[in-house]
Amino acid sequence: MESIAVSQLSVHRRGVLAVDSVSFTARAGEVTVLLGPNGAGKTTTVETLEGYLRPDRGSVRVLGLDPAHQRAELTPTLGVMLQEGGIYPPMTSARAISLFASYYANPLGVDELLGIVGLSEVAGVPAKRLSGGQRRRLALALALVGRPRVVFLDEPTAGVDPEGRLAIRGVIEQLRGEGVCILLTTHELEEAERLADHLVLLRAGTIVADGTPAELLGGADEIRFAAAVGLPTEELAARLGAAVREERPGEYRVARAPDPAALAGVTTWLAERGVALDELRGGRRRLEEVFLELLVEEAQPREAAPGRRGRRRR
Amino acid sequence: MNTNALLAQSREEIRMTLEQGERLLLTFVIPILGLILFSETPIVSTGTSSRVEFFAPSALALAVMSTAMVNLAVATGFERSWGVLKRLGTTPLTPGALLAAKAVAVIVVELVQTIVLLGIALGLGWRPHAGAGVAVGAALLATVAFAGLGFLMAGTLRAEATLAVANGLYVVFLGISGMMFPLSRLGGFADVARLLPPTALADALHPALGSGAGVPAEAWIVLAAWAVVAPALAAWRFRFATD
Repeated sequence: MESIAVSQLSVHRRGVLAVDSVSFTARAGEVTVLLGPNGAGKTTTVETLEGYLRPDRGSVRVLGLDPAHQRAELTPTLGVMLQEGGIYPPMTSARAISLFASYYANPLGVDELLGIVGLSEVAGVPAKRLSGGQRRRLALALALVGRPRVVFLDEPTAGVDPEGRLAIRGVIEQLRGEGVCILLTTHELEEAERLADHLVLLRAGTIVADGTPAELLGGADEIRFAAAVGLPTEELAARLGAAVREERPGEYRVARAPDPAALAGVTTWLAERGVALDELRGGRRRLEEVFLELLVEEAQPREAAPGRRGRRRR
Repeated sequence: MNTNALLAQSREEIRMTLEQGERLLLTFVIPILGLILFSETPIVSTGTSSRVEFFAPSALALAVMSTAMVNLAVATGFERSWGVLKRLGTTPLTPGALLAAKAVAVIVVELVQTIVLLGIALGLGWRPHAGAGVAVGAALLATVAFAGLGFLMAGTLRAEATLAVANGLYVVFLGISGMMFPLSRLGGFADVARLLPPTALADALHPALGSGAGVPAEAWIVLAAWAVVAPALAAWRFRFATD
């Protein structure tokens, strides 16, 4: 069963339709990543699931419960990391974790949790004197202390140093192994590519793609090359026995694995025509290409560029 | 209600008050220094048999105002701006439990202030009249009224504005409450000042602990009215998140 179900969700925020008819689900034991530029509606979606915001239309369910109205039943099973803040600056990590532990029936041990997020060395330092990355790890620890079944992480690694990122990713993978449902937002493709079992791409409040990374990246291998505009692709297709498309002016895609024979076929054909080769790549597409393609395709009919409402929440 | 959570939350609320210098300055240093300075020097003529007889109840009233209004407002305002109040909204700690923990913390800090100030005042030769029960009742009503004002500021203004307004009110209230000098010096303005909670509190504590005279009914009415209206306003306008 899905741990999280979002159905036809629309939410206004400060008078703007921030999320528009969004539907997706997230399962236990998986990392679901909401990926999109700033202003895409990621935080609005997550904060509706956390019960901070109410749907204007549609519905959200977390473990079958309505977060806005069944807070008492839901909060013992939730772990929340806000996009910013949520910690007492004067309080040390050890004190903060032990305070939050008191809210839950069966919390993790303070020392154990400090070790998990890698803050044992600075357990006695007030949060205001920790680095930005350490504060994010403390916020993560506070999200985990109650042994949650569903964890919401709003940009958990934004502004975090590489070492801190590794620590946070390690914790997320461990949670997935324990069967926790993890919903994570990010605007960083690399982060999404590394962590996601399930990707939901958002732009301007709507979903532009939803699937596993393999589905979104395309199952088949391919060859991409760049050369002069308007080459007769049928001719090359016939020679290689695979579909060839000019996707954008001067950018071609061959639906065939990049084995040496196929690559030789492409370069020979270009050589025969006396056409210079600007770029040649084989293999799977990277998420970045898919992402940009989807965003550009979506954006064209609407004129607006992604991130136009990109002012971050304070 | 989860007792474990309530105890842990109360303990942290108390620790955060007693550990931070600027909060100690407000809740302890100023009332103590004021009590000693004004009782030992003839800066203000009080019209009482001894200066400490006037300034001991004043210092106690000031202690209540500083803890229940200013310290509570500033602490809660910053917790709101840090996103802590928002974050607590997705923990099993209910808003009611958080409020209860803050109430426990305010009462405990006030008790410690009272013990310290009483000790100093007794050392300065104060012999209070036996109006303790009346004084405690007035202090509790004033605590609720001040806390209502504190939450109203903390839950509606930015943290920096809460800090400024709470400290501004503190200075104004101190000046027109009859804590620093007898209210009669304010002339006709005294009647207006008597409608404010700090003035009503000083009006109750001075006779209850000092002269032994009865507390004027007006002081009780004013304290009770503020103790209802201010928390009701706060509950109505309070927003947990700044956004």
